[in-house]
Amino acid sequence: MNLDFTAILPSLPYILKGIGVTLKIVIVAGLLGFAFGIVLAIFKISKSKALNWFADAYTSIFRGTPLILQLMIIYYGLPQLIGFEIASYTAAVASFSLNSAAYISEIIRAGILAVDKGQKEAAMALGVPGERMMRDIILPQAMKNILPALMNEFITLTKESAIVTVIAVDDIMRRSYIVGGDQYRFFEPLIFAGLIYYLLVISLTMIGKVVERRLRQSD
Amino acid sequence: MIKVDNLHKSFGKLEVLKGISTTIESGEVVAIIGPSGSGKSTFLRCLNLLEQPTSGQVLIGEYDITDKKTNIMKVRENVGMVFQHFHLFPHMTVLQNITYAPIKVKGLSKTEAEKHGMELLKKVGLSEKANEYPNRLSGGQKQRVAIARALAMDPEVMLFDEPTSALDPEMVKEVLEVMKSLAHTGMTMAIVTHEMGFAREVADRVLFLDGGVLVEDAPPAEFFSSPKSSRAKEFLEKML
Repeated sequence: MNLDFTAILPSLPYILKGIGVTLKIVIVAGLLGFAFGIVLAIFKISKSKALNWFADAYTSIFRGTPLILQLMIIYYGLPQLIGFEIASYTAAVASFSLNSAAYISEIIRAGILAVDKGQKEAAMALGVPGERMMRDIILPQAMKNILPALMNEFITLTKESAIVTVIAVDDIMRRSYIVGGDQYRFFEPLIFAGLIYYLLVISLTMIGKVVERRLRQSD
Repeated sequence: MIKVDNLHKSFGKLEVLKGISTTIESGEVVAIIGPSGSGKSTFLRCLNLLEQPTSGQVLIGEYDITDKKTNIMKVRENVGMVFQHFHLFPHMTVLQNITYAPIKVKGLSKTEAEKHGMELLKKVGLSEKANEYPNRLSGGQKQRVAIARALAMDPEVMLFDEPTSALDPEMVKEVLEVMKSLAHTGMTMAIVTHEMGFAREVADRVLFLDGGVLVEDAPPAEFFSSPKSSRAKEFLEKML
């Protein structure tokens, strides 16, 4: 059996540098997707038919087509329309945040609807205006309920981010692939990349548990 | 003063309130009683527009709340409401529940609001629970906090929607005591209740609703001893 992990040892620092690249994409896209997801969720429960329609159509399209297609349309397709190149990092963050906003909006919408109707009435009876009620009363309670689903979405995002390899972003995935090509041995660097992703996901899961515990303080 | 004129409310095809007219004077304590489904909760909820009346007029002080131009948020600041199921904010401590609206809606400083909040907590006998979360409280304690929360806005009118119906029997009394002392301070109160003893003792007037109609409007002594309508007689026979 041809297996030699020591052969890729000199390339480990190179692969490890990809962690920063991956994290930068995941964190920025995650935060943007979360913010946009809240906006979409509020559109979905708003009384305006036009906003409902927009948010539903948006979600339908972004959930109904492959993420890698969305990424390639933004990176390869869009410059043709707008007349200038888009940096690969920007394209990656844009497509991931637009895509995860669609999923996150569904999670948040369900979370908002699950908050007891009496909470809204109590806030209304105190004269709390709608926007403030949403921010201070409804969303904090919705967040507590949806945290596990939200964490799941961020975990998916972390793993799916590996597809930025196709637009030549030098993330963990692409770096280990390059090392494989360089040394004519793919198994070892790919296994190493897998280990890194797995550890990232485990850390995310642990962070999620800590946050959840803090949110459950009031129980 | 609350003045209700020919108030109608329908949910789809179902007409719940069929033209109710009455006046509640400042400082008056009015008990609203009647069989379930009679529209008494809906009537109460129309008084701060948690339900939008289908037609008719409701005046709270000088505000016509059924007029679209009235800023209902301003009116609600003056009308406190206590719910059957408390609806405390579970993610806030007891004191935060009480100070939230005074700070965010009325613009009080945190110090002022907390000072006032602690006074109210003392009044309802829960000073030592200020920093607990609502989940740690019993039903009766939750309802007393809910009353303090509504009072923190210094309302001119307090609405109570079956405030003791969700409580274990041994906790009913502590909530009624708080309401009784509130009534003695001259607060204008409209109370939907099944507590006939309380209505008889504390209320200045009893409104008896049945089938969305205000069937009787009388002082409790008169209502409980000699109800005029047969429907009220039947109801009282079942209740007492």
